[in-house]
Amino acid sequence: MLKLNIRIERGVFGLDANLVIPTPGVTALFGPSGAGKTTLAHAVAGLVTATGTIVLDGETLLDTQRGICVPVEQRAIGCVFQDARLFPHLTVAGNLDYGLRRQRRVVYAQRDEVIALLGLSSLLARLPHQLSGGERQRVALGRALLGQPRLLVLDEPLASIDAARREEVLPYLEILRDRFCVPMLYVSHQYEEVLRLAAQVVLMDRGQIVATDTPAALSLSSALRSRVGTGGVGAVIETEVVSKNETEGLITVLLGGHALRLTASADAVGTHLRLHVLASDVMLATERPQGLSVRNALPGKIEDLEAEENGMVLATVAIGSDRLLARITRSAVDDLALATGLPIWALVKAASLNQGLYRPTSAANPAAP
Amino acid sequence: MLTPEEVDALRLSVIVATSSVLVTLPIAVLLAWLLVRGRFTGRWLIDAAVHLPLVLPPVVVGYLLLLLLGVRGPLGHWLYTTFDLRLAFTTSGAIIATAVMTLPLVVRAVRLALEGIDPGLEEAARTLGAGPFDRALSITLPLMLPGILAGAITAFAAGLGEFGAVITFASNIPGETRTLPLALYTALQSPTGDASAWRLAVLSLGLGALGLTAAELLARLMRRRLGRG
Repeated sequence: MLKLNIRIERGVFGLDANLVIPTPGVTALFGPSGAGKTTLAHAVAGLVTATGTIVLDGETLLDTQRGICVPVEQRAIGCVFQDARLFPHLTVAGNLDYGLRRQRRVVYAQRDEVIALLGLSSLLARLPHQLSGGERQRVALGRALLGQPRLLVLDEPLASIDAARREEVLPYLEILRDRFCVPMLYVSHQYEEVLRLAAQVVLMDRGQIVATDTPAALSLSSALRSRVGTGGVGAVIETEVVSKNETEGLITVLLGGHALRLTASADAVGTHLRLHVLASDVMLATERPQGLSVRNALPGKIEDLEAEENGMVLATVAIGSDRLLARITRSAVDDLALATGLPIWALVKAASLNQGLYRPTSAANPAAP
Repeated sequence: MLTPEEVDALRLSVIVATSSVLVTLPIAVLLAWLLVRGRFTGRWLIDAAVHLPLVLPPVVVGYLLLLLLGVRGPLGHWLYTTFDLRLAFTTSGAIIATAVMTLPLVVRAVRLALEGIDPGLEEAARTLGAGPFDRALSITLPLMLPGILAGAITAFAAGLGEFGAVITFASNIPGETRTLPLALYTALQSPTGDASAWRLAVLSLGLGALGLTAAELLARLMRRRLGRG
């Protein structure tokens, strides 16, 4: 567990953070640029001066009142920076070995295994300037991991890579998370990355922590909406595959106890899935629909209606213990006489769900802290 | 082709220049480090002192050295009585005078190299468990190497030709302190020295050009290796 209660002052910028982060697990620091995410992450690593207390797994790293400030090199907190920061005079192998040679803790990440898992074996003799952006970040990831960190701080590791090449790095992050169970503090302003990796999200804005919650709970909060943009608003649902129809290419998951069918997913029965159901992909009907191509109609109840700035209305629909968000027009609300407490059918198009499908393994199996 | 005296002067010049570089390098690295990374008042004083030889007439530098390190100077007297070491009017004196004159060149090159290093790399090394001394040896110094080498070669080339400070502090003793420029000067004083002066001048020119070319090539090579070419 990482407990911190700190204050950072940098000229006109001030940051206050009071947080408890479970370890292992991935916690995302999410928010717009300038929110203080990187500053906070760097303060945990010791690269930024802060006042207050930081305690990692029972060890005090910072306690300004008691005069404790463990230097960066003794914190055993690995860092992956936005710009990789590989040592230009060392080969990939030299970079990987840098931390490994200097660590004084139990080796849990073996050199050969890390090289194999990150696909680095063909790059070992190269110099950093001979690598692509994605390769560089993979090496940086391997280097940080071989330092046997107690916590891995990742500061927007994908920000300097073009969107099309992020797949050269993202799957490897998932491998690290699942194989080594290394606790991660993942700084990002990309909601998709957060949904893909994180079990917990710390929402930040202007040097303050706005909210700390699971992606599912946070997806329903209004604090998040303004930060993901209209197109990103939608409920996040943790579920698992309950059955599979190979011939139709459909899998069935449960949403509030009701079956929800998705297409083109190869996941086996029992796989944990995280669905991001966009509010714009959910339709509402007051009666069970007939003669529609939409496969998924889920019975629920309107829990909340909230006017959005763009003249639309965001409806929260309770389906069993899960919640869906639906964006509908003002006139639809009037015509259907929608009101809080009204029984309703939520219609979700199966094909639209493929975009928002994530497999956050460690969120499904949170190990004991 | 060259007379024994000219060969002597060449040999002496090479010895003096090489030794002065070896003396200067560690001091220059230390000074550059202090000037770039040091956070103390009075930094400008060190900065000014290091660069003084660039703006002072070399004769003045030689004279100041004589005052300080001559057998009757405060430091020179102590060295003489304690270690029986005499610097003025010796090859060692020529080396010291050359070192003082070339120090600003090396400090400049090393300083530029140090300033060019991304502090983020040292941060990364810290997060990987490297302490201050370890970082300096494993990251900072290797990255400064191109600058250090370039500075050393430039200082070597300049050291071959140091005149004013050497002749003032170490005098013009054949076989001991008469380096290339001093031999050239001596030849010019003699009515029959024209041919010798010409040969020594060409030699100096060649060595200087060689030194500068070597510095440039080396710098280019190392930049390419670091991917900054």
